[in-house]
Amino acid sequence: MTSGVDLSRPQAQTVGSDEDVVRVRQLVRTVAVAVKLSLVDQTKVVTAASELARNTLVYGGGGTVEVTAVDNGRRPGITIVFADSGPGIADLELALTDGYTTGGGLGLGLSGARRLVDDFDIQTAPGQGTRITITKWSR
Amino acid sequence: MERVPILKIGDILLVSIQVDMSDQTAVALQEDLAERIVATGCHGVIIDITALDIVDSFVGRMLSTIASISRVLDAETVVVGMRPAVAITLVELGLSLNGIRTALNVERGMELIAAERDHDRHDEFDDGSDVEPTASP
Ligand SMILES: Nc1ncnc2c1ncn2[C@@H]1O[C@H](COP(=O)(O)OP(=O)(O)O)[C@@H](O)[C@H]1O
Ligand SMILES: [Mg+2]
Repeated sequence: MTSGVDLSRPQAQTVGSDEDVVRVRQLVRTVAVAVKLSLVDQTKVVTAASELARNTLVYGGGGTVEVTAVDNGRRPGITIVFADSGPGIADLELALTDGYTTGGGLGLGLSGARRLVDDFDIQTAPGQGTRITITKWSR
Repeated sequence: MERVPILKIGDILLVSIQVDMSDQTAVALQEDLAERIVATGCHGVIIDITALDIVDSFVGRMLSTIASISRVLDAETVVVGMRPAVAITLVELGLSLNGIRTALNVERGMELIAAERDHDRHDEFDDGSDVEPTASP
């Protein structure tokens, strides 16, 4: 099966509707399969991406997702960047608490996504937008 | 927007989710199901998620909400066919799926609903005494 995705370059997807969140899931799945993540790890990283892309849409007012196949010399992996120029997050520790939501959700998106991946980095400030980078390495 | 079809099989509504649902599609399914439960008078709902390769917090919440709504409308909901990788991921995500009944497949789900209804029927006619009838001397 050919994926039709060029793994040598980052793949970008704009997030402006909930159909785009579906597209993000599909793109992440394709790259996760290509870098040979196990089925469980594919499932974890696609789930994390779904949560973070929805946040980009709902709280960030839309933005972009960039998916890259990476290699640290020992093993391959997948890195995904979620970026928006929305309101940003004032109290990051609070936002990362299980169950905390300002939008009537379950409050498990940020905290759960962090548990599901190997590396989780977040840059945000009020009025500065939000940029989250996650990586899952193949074992 | 795509809509997930709802089939009526005897006294049961069967929903087999075959697409990667957008959030809107998931919300529409919730509303469609409530209407169908009332319109058909069905007492059981089976949601087959065999084809779903992930369940995130939005879909997880939808499943819980469907279970609660159907309970209020006097129907039982059973979620069947969850993949092992999905179950592992749900736990790590922190989603408990409290109040959701699950079964291995559609057949087991139907058995569970039948047993549940049977149990309820006996309760209705129960006079409250748990004493076994004994032969009088
Ligand atoms: N990209 C973002 N921009 C601004 N705020 C955000 C963003 N992502 C998350 N948040 C804030 O963090 C909270 C927790 O997010 P999350 O854990 O995904 O839970 P939920 O989506 O259920 O609210 C959100 O309710 C929101 O206030
Ligand atoms: Mg969220």
